[in-house]
Amino acid sequence: MFAFIVSRLLQALPVMLTVSLISFAMFAYVGDPVAIMLGQDYTEAQRQALIRDLGLDQPFFVQFWEFLKNAAQGNFGLSYRLARPVSDLILERMPATLELSFSAAFLALAIGVPMGVYTGLYRESWLSRLFLTISLIGVSLPTFLIGILLILIFAVTLGILPSFGRGETVLVGGWWTTGFLTASGLKALILPSVTLGLFQMTLIMRLVRSEMLEVLRTDYIKFARARGLTNRAIHFGHALKNTLVPVITITGLQLGAIIAFAIVTETVFQWPGMGLLFIQAVANADIPIMAAYLMMIALLFVLINLVVDLLYYLVDPRLRGSLIGSAR
Amino acid sequence: MKRVLLAATAAVGVFLAAASPEARTVRWSAAGDPNTMDPHSQNLGTVTMVLSQIYEPLIKRDQNLALEPGLATAWRQLEPNRWRFELRRGVTFHDGSAFAADDVVFSITRALAPTSNYGIFVDTVEKAEKVDDFTVDIITKIPDPILPSKIASVYIMDREWSERNNVTQPQNTRAREETHTVRNTNGTGPFRLTVREPDVRTVMVRNDRWWGWSDPKNVSNVTEIVYRPIASDATRIAALLSGEIDFVLDPPLQDLERLKRAQGVTVLEGPEIRTIFFAMDVHRDELLYSNVKGRNPFKDLRVRQALYHAIDIEAIRTRVMRGQAVVTGTFFPPQVNGYSKAEDVRLPFNPDRARQLLAEAGYPQGFEVTLDCPNNRYINDEQICQAVAAMWTRIGVRTSLNAMPLANFFPKIQREDTSIYLLGWGVPTLDALYSFQSLLATRDGAPGNGIWNYGRYSNPRMDALINTMKNELDREKRTAAIHEALRLYREDVPHIPLHHQMIPWAVRSNISIPHQANNQPQFRFVRVN
Repeated sequence: MFAFIVSRLLQALPVMLTVSLISFAMFAYVGDPVAIMLGQDYTEAQRQALIRDLGLDQPFFVQFWEFLKNAAQGNFGLSYRLARPVSDLILERMPATLELSFSAAFLALAIGVPMGVYTGLYRESWLSRLFLTISLIGVSLPTFLIGILLILIFAVTLGILPSFGRGETVLVGGWWTTGFLTASGLKALILPSVTLGLFQMTLIMRLVRSEMLEVLRTDYIKFARARGLTNRAIHFGHALKNTLVPVITITGLQLGAIIAFAIVTETVFQWPGMGLLFIQAVANADIPIMAAYLMMIALLFVLINLVVDLLYYLVDPRLRGSLIGSAR
Repeated sequence: MKRVLLAATAAVGVFLAAASPEARTVRWSAAGDPNTMDPHSQNLGTVTMVLSQIYEPLIKRDQNLALEPGLATAWRQLEPNRWRFELRRGVTFHDGSAFAADDVVFSITRALAPTSNYGIFVDTVEKAEKVDDFTVDIITKIPDPILPSKIASVYIMDREWSERNNVTQPQNTRAREETHTVRNTNGTGPFRLTVREPDVRTVMVRNDRWWGWSDPKNVSNVTEIVYRPIASDATRIAALLSGEIDFVLDPPLQDLERLKRAQGVTVLEGPEIRTIFFAMDVHRDELLYSNVKGRNPFKDLRVRQALYHAIDIEAIRTRVMRGQAVVTGTFFPPQVNGYSKAEDVRLPFNPDRARQLLAEAGYPQGFEVTLDCPNNRYINDEQICQAVAAMWTRIGVRTSLNAMPLANFFPKIQREDTSIYLLGWGVPTLDALYSFQSLLATRDGAPGNGIWNYGRYSNPRMDALINTMKNELDREKRTAAIHEALRLYREDVPHIPLHHQMIPWAVRSNISIPHQANNQPQFRFVRVN
């Protein structure tokens, strides 16, 4: 098991190197940060001095090597726009994005799985049909439209939820800022989580439903019913567990996508997370932030895939056997 | 634990403060966030709009942009190269230390530093000299008739505070650490900074010890300003409508009608000091992005006039800008010193005349050209270019549009890698010389000359007039030179001007704030009713 984890982590290195090389190559096309930093009034001498200071006059591979050397020590340089260390910026924004992503994923699972089970078990009921129709809305409307609609209804018309920001946050553990401990923080979390999680909720619901329908037709379920097990034992003890393997895969990948690309939701709700930081970095050709962000996302996906693979063993007894077998 | 307690107490404190009748908070929003609190390192509107509440220059501008005493009570030109400023007594910085001549000398020197982005405002300054504790002389390299209007943009910092915090130079990008002034301030202004969370919020509270509260013109009763950037246009307007934000600096044009109809919201309309125009490559023998070989169509005055005649400016004003534009035939608005109504005359919309001129110039079939345009910088910039490209195509100049974000657009035109481009030009010194020198002077490498003249327009008569503007101390002779240059501008068509932008502000109806054409609200004039 340990060897398995270590080997997967080692596989992460070439992935991250490739990602950083490709992103570095693309940065030549995002625009000129010097022009943005200098504004309207500057002298040519100032421009040349700034280019030298930022190391932008070096050839590509020298710049890339400098970047890798510093990145290995956790130093991603100063942001061009904010003149603050990039690692500080990312750490500052990470709690916001992670809290939002986990809330969205939690909502998606907490609502998606039960809805999926219900519509799988009671296919013909009107409630199932209603759920399925409503879920179509979740997949067909783009995220920013859902966000703005929710703001219009709950913030402008009803005035009961905030339209932007995180509310009051509390500092815990020295660096993590949480919105879970204040009323305004929790209220601010609702609309963005729903916006972000709606697509996943629909996806999970339909996935669980189709998996349930398939599993309920299998032999071992028929035999369990013949043996006289209660419906509850069958549905939740056996059927549901077996539907979970694909659900875990999808949820894991989706969670990575939610964290990495909550950009649209963060922009609509002015959520001070890494997504908003990234999109502003793109607009300002703020290369240090972009480079650090992309590397971090690559690492994130690698880790999530690792966790997903490990969860398979927990859930599927067939795989567990083979693992124990290999340890011997 | 202590920090949790502190944060919780602060949260309660904010709640109480907001609930108490004495607190008058204005929550203010715009799309961008100032990226630094250093008063000399970034000359951008989003930075100065916040810093101008905290820091002050020697000479301020009132709501009509007229000069008035700031940290200097009087000033005069002693000799052609020496201006004497008498400083205000009894002023203290926000940390309590006293303001005196040393601080002025330090600040001017700092603005002159190579890493300062405010060099344009001290471009003629040689140095500042302390005469006594409350008198400072500014010595210029050449006689500068408009020094006061430029010095009105240079903020004064506290010398001891700067030395203590190691910020005697403006932002140094070579440093690996964040410098103190990125998030901290110490000014003399009517408000002082209390919280700075970049991209989240910037909070300023009233400085009760400000010297200016005794002046009846400064009517403000605001106790707290909370600046919250909101990047998404729709969200920003929603927050204004729901009452979470009191003042939006940049409402998008398509929402103005909705805002005017909304209860509790007022739209303040006013002109901005920014003019939109097209500039052309007029020096290459062959254009880079055209199908014409062997000659450059833009070198011919008739072609430039043809493009000018082809533009239906009313359509642009009403359809593209939805009425939020002041049509113009010159390249800076009336608030700028040197403006002449007589010279603010457009070539009329006349597509037939345009085709005729093209034929006369030797292009009866027209020609092809690529127009470069930013898409995220000026109000409806891309839409303006799309409309104009269609208008030019109609007269035979088949225009393909190359729209791109600012990060790509500026470097492209700075490399002179363009044939024709759109530009929007502001005038921070509020004097015509700034526009003439940067945009139309021959690009000969001397500092300031033609630094934004990417089409390399070069006219010896224009250069001579610009020199007069720089050196002539007699007001009338100087103004006459400016007017003559404006006449030359009209005749020679170095640019095709379109309009001055109008910049609407949206506020909740209980807030009164005078609109300013430089798009910089001054909270010393704001009242919450």
